Amino acid sequence: MQRFERETGLVVPLDRLNVDTDAIIPKQFLKAVARSGFGINLFDNWRYLDHGEPGQETARTPNPDFVLNKPRYQGASILLARANFGCGSSREHAPWALLEYGIRAIVAPSFADIFYNNSLKNGLLPVVLPEAVIDRLFQAVEATVGYSLTIDLRSQRVFAKDEEIGAFAIDAFRRECLLEGLDDIGWTQAREAEIRDYEARRRHEAPWLFAQAKGHS
Amino acid sequence: MAKTLYDKLWDSHVVRELADGTCLLYIDRQLVHEVTSPQAFAGLRARARGLWRPEANLAVADHNVPTRDRALGITDATSRRQIEALERNCRDFHVPLFAMDDIRQGIVHVVGPEQGATLPGMTIVCGDSHTSTHGAFGALAYGVGTSEVEQVLATQCLLQKRSRTMRVRLEGTLPKGVGAKDMALAVIGKLGTAGGTGCAIEFAGSAVRALSMEGRMTLCNMAIEAGARAGLVAVDETTITYLAGRPFAPSGALWERAVAAWRGLVSDGDAQFDHEWEIDVGALAPQVTYGTSPEMVVPVEGRVPDPAAERDPARREALAAALAYMDLRPGTAITDIAVDVVFIGSCTNARLEDLRDAAAMIAGRRLAPGVRRALVVPGSGLVKRAAEAEGLDRVFTEAGFEWRDPGCSMCLAMNADRLESGERCASTSNRNFEGRQGAGGRTHLVSPRMAAAAAIAGHFVDIRHDL
Repeated sequence: MQRFERETGLVVPLDRLNVDTDAIIPKQFLKAVARSGFGINLFDNWRYLDHGEPGQETARTPNPDFVLNKPRYQGASILLARANFGCGSSREHAPWALLEYGIRAIVAPSFADIFYNNSLKNGLLPVVLPEAVIDRLFQAVEATVGYSLTIDLRSQRVFAKDEEIGAFAIDAFRRECLLEGLDDIGWTQAREAEIRDYEARRRHEAPWLFAQAKGHS
Repeated sequence: MAKTLYDKLWDSHVVRELADGTCLLYIDRQLVHEVTSPQAFAGLRARARGLWRPEANLAVADHNVPTRDRALGITDATSRRQIEALERNCRDFHVPLFAMDDIRQGIVHVVGPEQGATLPGMTIVCGDSHTSTHGAFGALAYGVGTSEVEQVLATQCLLQKRSRTMRVRLEGTLPKGVGAKDMALAVIGKLGTAGGTGCAIEFAGSAVRALSMEGRMTLCNMAIEAGARAGLVAVDETTITYLAGRPFAPSGALWERAVAAWRGLVSDGDAQFDHEWEIDVGALAPQVTYGTSPEMVVPVEGRVPDPAAERDPARREALAAALAYMDLRPGTAITDIAVDVVFIGSCTNARLEDLRDAAAMIAGRRLAPGVRRALVVPGSGLVKRAAEAEGLDRVFTEAGFEWRDPGCSMCLAMNADRLESGERCASTSNRNFEGRQGAGGRTHLVSPRMAAAAAIAGHFVDIRHDL
């Protein structure tokens, strides 16, 4: 996993409620068996005027009205979003696409649970700030070309230049994983003996959970 | 201390709890499909990791599979590669798989319960948000991402924090023609699409107890559309009767022991929930969505709302954008909305009871002239066979519906079944997001009865009075 400690970057505003993962990365791009190649199709239906298919080699027609295509937001690494960002499908392709595009953190009033979790496992930091702060940030970004933020995970604070915008919460374990770039699987495999003990106890209490299923093909 | 059903399920699966409350949680069952698993298996291969307990997994291809002419194979090369990857991964890692030509193949959330691979008291995950479906059995079931699919394959565990608890009591007797789908949509309409975020929702009350397992699955399936990762229904006789004799369910003395344990999978009488809601469903109307989020829903006798009446600016903008996408004018009566396509299927509504409900609305009539296509996609090969044994396939085909092979199909349009841009669909699926059923397609979520009635009338109808 990519480490995350501190990110300073240009902010791109996506002023829409309930942005779902179907919008972040449409279904036709989910047929891939690799973990990369999704950045080019991030927000595909909004970002391009023509319909996209995986592996398409013809040039696309960008939608000039879509915020990601505006010259002033090129190179943005922080996405400013509205409530319930990432709702819908559990596809981890959504954080993969955002990261590959260059987004390292998303600032919003709330996130859908699965998306929030998937983001943390990939080093994409979801930052929850109060609705009123988000409203002010949308105004500030609109008003100021080149508006950027600094997100500091160690202190759990967001800054605009030297002004503190707000503090955010994150589970201590998740913060540690992000700061160190730790892999959940490696951490869990180091607890193998505890898992075996648990299984032994459960085999005794609830043996039907471990019965070999019948009729496999 | 009194415990909720959620607490009981959670507590019995904690392997280790960390200082900040993060728990190493044991997962009893993982369901695997072709779309969200290839990168997980690739991750295992890259680090030479094996599977912890291969037989705890059950795999089936559903998202991408064609729903007709299967003998010809999969013509779309990228879809075929993904399904072949699943077959190869299952073979190499010894994961049980129901292949595409197996009668048991179908939508993963239909197959698990049908096989008894979903059991009360289990923790169940799948790389699919509608895993909440399995909570209908008093199991803790939720969708995960591909990194977590890989972790469960490798360790049978996940690192998670406890959710908050919410109870939604649905009380009263449902009017005739109104069912679990209408309750689900009404709950989402009331809570909003983020109302359940961070929560596990237990559905309780007399109207839930009166539901069949199929209806409870429909209700829990859509808990995710209210933002909740998990839906739950307490175990009762309906649960136990449904599971008896299923292939993966225990039998003999083990069955008796299991049933005795399962009877305790209810919230204690004085258990405290973080949030409580009560909805009287005694006068509930059939529900129809009009927008691009499942919370944009009204009763069938209602009208498309006016953005101008919305005071919150962000919501006003969202509603205006939704109506523009849906090509609907404020004030339009729902029953005046004509449909081009009808889709009966998905993990929400493709079980035998759903097909019976839809067929009962048709009874000898034909598709309205304006309806270009109407698809019935059974949830599994076994559902299809059972429906055919009752003659339901003939009811549908004689009316002009297409009778297809099982899969996710037009719910998310990853295979060839999709809406063309601008087409309007009455759909029994679970999401009406922009482009969900095909780029530019317009989705109205309804129950199987309402979808069938719309196919016959050519527009939405109040099935309590008409047809």
